[in-house]
Amino acid sequence: MLQVISLLVENKPGALMRVTGVLSARGYNIESLTVARTLDPGLSRMTIVVDVDPSLRRQVIKQMNKLVNVLQVSDLSESPAVAREMVLLRVRTNLDNRTAILKEAEIFSARVVDSSVEGFALEATGAPEKLDEFIDVMRSYGEIEVTRSGMVAVSLESKKLRLAPPILAGAESSRIDSRNGVFNG
Amino acid sequence: MSSNLMSGARMLLECLTREGVECLFGYPGGVTLPFYDALYEHPIRHVLVRHEENAVFAASGYAMSTGKVGVCCATSGPGATNLVTGLVNAMMDSTPVVALTGQVSTKLIGSDAFQEADTFGITRSCTKHNYLVMSVADLPRVIHEAFHLAKSGRPGPVLVDIPKDVFAAQTHYTPVGSIHLPGYKIYTEGHTGQIRRAAQMMWESSRPMVYAGGGIVAAEASGELRELVETLDAPAVCTLMALGAMPSSHRNFISMPGMHGSYAANMAMTGCDLLIALGTRFDDRVTGRLAAFAPHARIIHLDIDPSEIGKNRNADLPIVGDAKRVLSKLNKVLAELQPSLAQQNSDARRAWWKQIRDWQDQNPLQPVISASEIKPQHLMLEIDRISNGEAIVCSDVGQHQMWAAQFIRFNRPRHWVCSGGLGSMGFGVPSAMGAAFANPDKLIFAICGDGGFQMSIPELATIANHGLPVKIIVMNNGHLGMVRQWQDLFYNNRLSAVQLDTFPDAQKLASAYGIKGRTVESPIELAPALQQAVDEPGPYLLNVKVSPFENVYPMVPAGAAINEMVLGPPQPVAVPK
Repeated sequence: MLQVISLLVENKPGALMRVTGVLSARGYNIESLTVARTLDPGLSRMTIVVDVDPSLRRQVIKQMNKLVNVLQVSDLSESPAVAREMVLLRVRTNLDNRTAILKEAEIFSARVVDSSVEGFALEATGAPEKLDEFIDVMRSYGEIEVTRSGMVAVSLESKKLRLAPPILAGAESSRIDSRNGVFNG
Repeated sequence: MSSNLMSGARMLLECLTREGVECLFGYPGGVTLPFYDALYEHPIRHVLVRHEENAVFAASGYAMSTGKVGVCCATSGPGATNLVTGLVNAMMDSTPVVALTGQVSTKLIGSDAFQEADTFGITRSCTKHNYLVMSVADLPRVIHEAFHLAKSGRPGPVLVDIPKDVFAAQTHYTPVGSIHLPGYKIYTEGHTGQIRRAAQMMWESSRPMVYAGGGIVAAEASGELRELVETLDAPAVCTLMALGAMPSSHRNFISMPGMHGSYAANMAMTGCDLLIALGTRFDDRVTGRLAAFAPHARIIHLDIDPSEIGKNRNADLPIVGDAKRVLSKLNKVLAELQPSLAQQNSDARRAWWKQIRDWQDQNPLQPVISASEIKPQHLMLEIDRISNGEAIVCSDVGQHQMWAAQFIRFNRPRHWVCSGGLGSMGFGVPSAMGAAFANPDKLIFAICGDGGFQMSIPELATIANHGLPVKIIVMNNGHLGMVRQWQDLFYNNRLSAVQLDTFPDAQKLASAYGIKGRTVESPIELAPALQQAVDEPGPYLLNVKVSPFENVYPMVPAGAAINEMVLGPPQPVAVPK
């Protein structure tokens, strides 16, 4: 079963590699992955869809939480969340089918982003399963070319973001002293 | 704060000084030239090793024997890739190490330049965290972050990759005041409610058992551990990484558990009704077949790393926190509850101790001693006698490591240094070098097999060069003994590629490096030869020829439960005529 993991990460070189490394080191294949900046340009939001053995999911999430560049990891697989994906699709068609395609596009709330004698380019968003259907329908009209964005998701529960505070630099921050400032969870 | 113009290399040295670094182990190269030039007139001591892998092993020995951060440096490309084994080793054993590597100039990165390797990519999975410093302005902050990450929380290796032009760039240096790693959260204190529940579970238990791991050593919590064990009067085992966390002579200490652990330790782990796991990770060498491990026990698991909780064995009561802090709180609660709760199971506790003493008596760890040949266990007993719990013993990996762990006793932590999780041969000699630089007044043994020693021979030069008082004891059985043991027991004794037929003449080898050395073969020579090695000022190479086909027992075969030990070699059976 596919799982959805949402992460808030520092927008730094290598951060993506560290996160995906937790999965690839265990031989898990990533189904989809999206990353983009948040309101804070120093942070990125990452949504990963992956097929992880459910018994190992908690472990994988803990490992991701351990990464220095990762601020927060949320498991959206079993918590209330809204997930959406976007598809850009080009369908080649003859003149006879053009009206039918536009009707179908309307049913799926897809928008026409390009129209030419060869056919249309369409844009649709929605739940991934709905997009699967949309693609199937379009395929019945002719040759298609598809680009999917991968899933983005937002949790419907608010989760408090806990961050470590700054600490002194240098040997003054001895092993234990350096932890005085660290919050107790 | 003053601000002055200096190179990145100089700035790096300033930061190392602020971190209290006294010595670093390294090997120079093309791209680290600016760094070595700055080092030329700097008080930080640089130890030139003979291979980069040994630089990181030496830094690990330094770190494990002191608790301070060990520092090593290497050049780009092959220098950096040679560090990889040692970084994985430090990762597995949670050793605080900072590795500094040179990189080709920023403009050349990605062009397949001479001695270029993607060090940042290669070491991503073998470090706690790593950095590629693309601007000299970032360098001081990164260095302080690296040290903080290496030593805090669950310690580990951190690598900083520094391009040549960043070393060379001149800029105004302002000391970094504070660093901020918002995603690096360490939970140190432990949940108060969980601590109280843990104390209750401890008093309610009839057959408690303390299972202490390397986290106790890392947190400097051996005093707190001892108080816990004594208050509760529970039997305690220390894992390979924790030997010395309890004094070996302590009456509650029942040795090491696991694949080559003591009979009593493994039986007690199997029979207990409460397993108090402290700073340990339920490693497969300890648990044997996981499904049959501690089958009757509820588990209290204390660790600073949340990802260890429930990784291998589900914890009935997890506590995330620093072992020292949590145990000192726990000890207070235990003492508070003692008057009301301690008596309830006193009969059961007495029976539990009787059972443990019986196990100890039935199958004690018994050294084999022969008059005709030196048995490996005999060698370890002699080292134990001469060390008297006080020497720092750095071990390589293999049979000798297990015998050393079984028979050498330690009075305090940080006196036993070995490669545990990774099991990396070639660790013994360089880690002893690191320990020797950190502990100039200590007696230091490097115990190796003839296999591992031959991986470390180049470092005899470093040892000779600095006159390090490292006593290298080669337990020479002419084989890669642990692999031979498995071939013997599980592959019909078809000995494939395990004979080490050629070994250099130890005396000649040592004298070629200008140090003393000899070979002993006869049991009566052993004690005097060891005494001579210890009495000799400076380094000594003692090659001890031991019986070639001795196996380490007890042994838990792969896939067996830890109470299914093989206690010794198959005994000859009398065949009726």
